[in-house]
Amino acid sequence: MKVLVTVKRVIDYNVKVRVKSDNTDVDLANVKMALNPFCEIAVEEAVRLKEAGTASEVVVVSIGPKACQEQIRTALALGADRGIQIDTDAMPESLTVAKLLAKVVDEEKPDLVIMGKQAIDSDNNQTGQMLAALAEMPQGTFASEVKVDGDKVNVTREVDGGLQTVSLNLPAIVTTDLRLNEPRYASLPNIMKAKRKPLDVKTPADLGVELKEHTKLLKVTPPAERQAGIKVSSVDELVEKLKNEAKVI
Amino acid sequence: MAILIIAEHDNSTLKGATLNTVTAAAEIGSDLHILVAGSGCGAVADAAAQVAGVSKVLVADNAAYEHQLAENMSKLVAELGKDYSHVVAPATTTAKNFLPRVAALLDVAQISDITAVESENTFQRPIYAGNAIATVESLDAIKVITVRGTAFDAAASEGGSAAVEAVDSVHEAGISSFVGEEMAKSDRPELTAAGVVISGGRGMGNGENFAMLEKIADKLGAAVGASRAAVDAGFVPNDMQVGQTGKIVAPELYIAVGISGAIQHLAGMKDSKIIVAINKDEEAPIFSVADYGLVADLFEAVPELEQKL
Repeated sequence: MKVLVTVKRVIDYNVKVRVKSDNTDVDLANVKMALNPFCEIAVEEAVRLKEAGTASEVVVVSIGPKACQEQIRTALALGADRGIQIDTDAMPESLTVAKLLAKVVDEEKPDLVIMGKQAIDSDNNQTGQMLAALAEMPQGTFASEVKVDGDKVNVTREVDGGLQTVSLNLPAIVTTDLRLNEPRYASLPNIMKAKRKPLDVKTPADLGVELKEHTKLLKVTPPAERQAGIKVSSVDELVEKLKNEAKVI
Repeated sequence: MAILIIAEHDNSTLKGATLNTVTAAAEIGSDLHILVAGSGCGAVADAAAQVAGVSKVLVADNAAYEHQLAENMSKLVAELGKDYSHVVAPATTTAKNFLPRVAALLDVAQISDITAVESENTFQRPIYAGNAIATVESLDAIKVITVRGTAFDAAASEGGSAAVEAVDSVHEAGISSFVGEEMAKSDRPELTAAGVVISGGRGMGNGENFAMLEKIADKLGAAVGASRAAVDAGFVPNDMQVGQTGKIVAPELYIAVGISGAIQHLAGMKDSKIIVAINKDEEAPIFSVADYGLVADLFEAVPELEQKL
């Protein structure tokens, strides 16, 4: 079976984001960028399916400016077979991303689409579900276990308070949660090999999708700063403060 | 136009997150309807009708909605939602699962996880795990929204007397089915819903030492969390992780034990009301966000704290 994986280029999760002084957005100039952690888990899961003989081909797609080819190459170094970049300098909204991906799904006809449950920049947690609606596929979101079984896939999902397992007809969409797997590091030979793997570039116009605005970002502000607290000298003082000052216990 | 609120429930009880969502919806408009979609969920509908400020309860009671599978729920909510100005649901894993699917079916955006209402079409929401707050205006005719429960007070669960109306639409997509579930058997509350959270970091040394935190958690009715460092070190499973790529919590009291305070951990807990840090390194960044810091060896301080609570 064919597996399609989506990846997003985002700020490295170790970098502290700063809001621009004019409050128009966060400042991403000269900031270290990386593969979104949830997308990395998606790539790893697809590669494991290939190594297990379940998947025959892993195609990785990213939407963004040319720089996102770097993240596609990372996915190729981790074991994906070929890449597709949908070239746009705009930062399309989730619904538009889902529409672009729906066109890729139409063309590629994957049996399984694996995506991160959310990107750590916009924190929307939407695109997988939206793509599932547009492609009329079942969805297994926040997956902690994926088991392909014939023409179905069983997905164990991390839900509030525990785990839920659903059975989905293939083709289906899975979005990854943290417990699904632990992504590997790319080896140097694989990084070199990835440079020679095929990478197609398409535009939203090629796919016949109009980049429509559904929301407008009015401003971005830093969150309220916390007041600096105090140091207590003993457990007794701590308990006393929590009881009588903070009144939380 | 009216606002459609999607109830969070387990077919027998209306979950608290619904009440916070009602408060958010009441800041947007005044004509509030609640949809209870489930199977054998009459008691939930009755409870929803009692919620203060709600004028109508719609009940879709059918086996197709028993487990609120996204494939079926999305079709139902999209069908009903097209007659509303807003479709609003709590940002729980249930609604986060089906609501973006509803938005796509309605060809509108979803505004996720709002923390403030500025007007009927403008909302605040955290981005970059709360390290920035975006103010977003919706340009769509129907606004599809999830609400972060910790940002809004709960509406009164009594005092209302809404009319209850049955919805007959049955959407069985037939492409997915429920297999089973395994709910945590712990008597402790869930991390994201707990009023008190006590978390351990790399300083805990190993997984067995988390038992010290569990003892305190049992006394305070708290949930137990962990930093990514503790998870990566294999002390505890990933689902306990509080942080940017783990769970975002905002309890009344957050106790960080042996946690240095890496950016990505702070991102997941810095909206807590009161933060306590116990760490032997007085330079640890966690102290810069803590209301009460105790510089001490956790292996002495934690058992003493447990004893004195």
